[in-house]
Amino acid sequence: MGQLLLGLVNGSFYAMLSLGLAVIFGLLNVINFAHGTLYMMGAFLAWMGLQYFGINYWFMLLLAPLLVGIFGILIERSMLRWLYKLDHLYGLLLTFGVTLLVEGLFRSFYGVSGQPYSVPAALAGATNLGFMYLPNYRGWVVLASLAVCLATWFVIEKTKLGAYLRAGTENPKLVEAFGINVPLMVTLTYGFGVALAAFAGVLAAPIIQVSPLMGSHLIITVFAVVVIGGMGSIMGSIVTGLGLGVIEGLTRVFYPEASATVVFVIMAIVLMIRPAGLFGREK
Amino acid sequence: MNKRIGYGVALALAIAAPFVAYPVFLMKVLCFALFACAFNLLIGFTGLLSFGHAAFFGGAGYLCGYVLQTLGMPFEIGILAGTGFAAAVGLVMGLLAIRRQGIYFTMITLALAQMLYFVFLQAPFTHGEDGLQGVRRGTLLGMVDLHNDLALYYVVLAICVGGFALIMRTIHSPFGQVLKAVKENEPRAVSLGYDTDRYKLLAFVLSAALSGLAGALKVEVLGFETLTDVHWAMSGLVVLMTLVGGLGTLSGPIVGALLIVSLENKLGELGRWLAHASGVDWFNQLGQSVTIATGFIFIVCVLAFRRGIVGEMVVLAKRRK
Repeated sequence: MGQLLLGLVNGSFYAMLSLGLAVIFGLLNVINFAHGTLYMMGAFLAWMGLQYFGINYWFMLLLAPLLVGIFGILIERSMLRWLYKLDHLYGLLLTFGVTLLVEGLFRSFYGVSGQPYSVPAALAGATNLGFMYLPNYRGWVVLASLAVCLATWFVIEKTKLGAYLRAGTENPKLVEAFGINVPLMVTLTYGFGVALAAFAGVLAAPIIQVSPLMGSHLIITVFAVVVIGGMGSIMGSIVTGLGLGVIEGLTRVFYPEASATVVFVIMAIVLMIRPAGLFGREK
Repeated sequence: MNKRIGYGVALALAIAAPFVAYPVFLMKVLCFALFACAFNLLIGFTGLLSFGHAAFFGGAGYLCGYVLQTLGMPFEIGILAGTGFAAAVGLVMGLLAIRRQGIYFTMITLALAQMLYFVFLQAPFTHGEDGLQGVRRGTLLGMVDLHNDLALYYVVLAICVGGFALIMRTIHSPFGQVLKAVKENEPRAVSLGYDTDRYKLLAFVLSAALSGLAGALKVEVLGFETLTDVHWAMSGLVVLMTLVGGLGTLSGPIVGALLIVSLENKLGELGRWLAHASGVDWFNQLGQSVTIATGFIFIVCVLAFRRGIVGEMVVLAKRRK
């Protein structure tokens, strides 16, 4: 039962990261390899905030995504925007370079060992649900990420801003002709997607040790999640992320050796049966 | 004609090189050069970006090391086993990955290679984090003792030149022309009646097998194999070598491999020099953080130097005419 919950926690990280990747890819046509690194930065900022400035968890939960979002906007404005007209692969290679650079810098300052970050006092302890003990913090992580994911889905699918965004994904030139500032929208979308990753990072900080390597471990699994789900649908990303987290958690109970590889095996099976992904559209 | 002279000079340099530079370093460069050329066959001439080539390079290395060390087989069997293993993995990975196109192809290769990384991490014969140590070199056909660096150098050189020749032959063959058509415009190649998936798969397996050959040779040269070679960072490194040298140029990857391997070796010295020149103490640790330097080069190359060294030279030469 505990493993199932841990799987759900992991699944909510997958969901938030693959959601951000999907939103960014939709508008920018860039696969953001740096997503994992920005998630790591979010966790590190939370740790640094507490360590150096005594800023508590709740405040960092807002501040870290904001700072990382600004960092992302700087990356987009200074580098990524020059690559939109080129092949997709250059965007991937650039963000891969950013990953190596940032991760290398963090490693040279903090080493590879993890930094502990304690659970905020309000969420310490566990609740007895009758059939199991629920650690409060893990429950909070699942609820908070679900809320953020659903809010994102709502904004994109149901509001006017989201309509602009979806229109920009389909045909940016036409949208621009209607007087909407598409480049600004692109920049803000990147900032938002990246802030989502940082938010996940802060949520993750008390659960896993904060280490410079935590991002790249995660991002490749998230890529597999994205391949399984397909990037066409927002809800698809959320459901796939959560589902795979749970499956991974179950595997850890029944056959622990395979828990690291199960997501990739599922990806291979999905590719054989439905090459476009579970929620993807064949183009 | 000019090209022939160029290749002749390059070959003569390669033959004379071990008398000037350290042979083991040169052999390492050769292995990576072959690896990068094999990778370039996909990205440069078929338009497929694979981010999983570490699986072939490192996987073949592990298998070759295992065959040589634990099974005590001779040199030739080890190399063949490594190459064969890489080709088989390439076949499976290729079959899955070519079902999707573009950026998805890249993500699938990356994910499958990561899966293999976990397999190697847990499998008992790889000795986990320690890796394979002290792999013996053996003899060539039972006659030439390969413990002699110079002898091994010429064997490695001959094999690598064979590999380069095969790649060149492939590119200039009708098969290579079809690959180029796939790269330029896949729907048109399909409409002309080519079964592009088969061509892509064949190119993928060929590239995987040659990468495996390079990985197996590297074990033979250095005598150890660790998880570094199957890690995704190695897949990134070979992309960087090819990018620095020039995507889609014949000799670019060789130049790129020489440059990046030298940089890895000399980065510590460069860091100390920078620390001395700028007075920033932090540069002293640069030698331990190769990733920072590679990341930086990646960004610069993608933003401002996409043609690579050889690519730029080709453009310059054309402009002069």
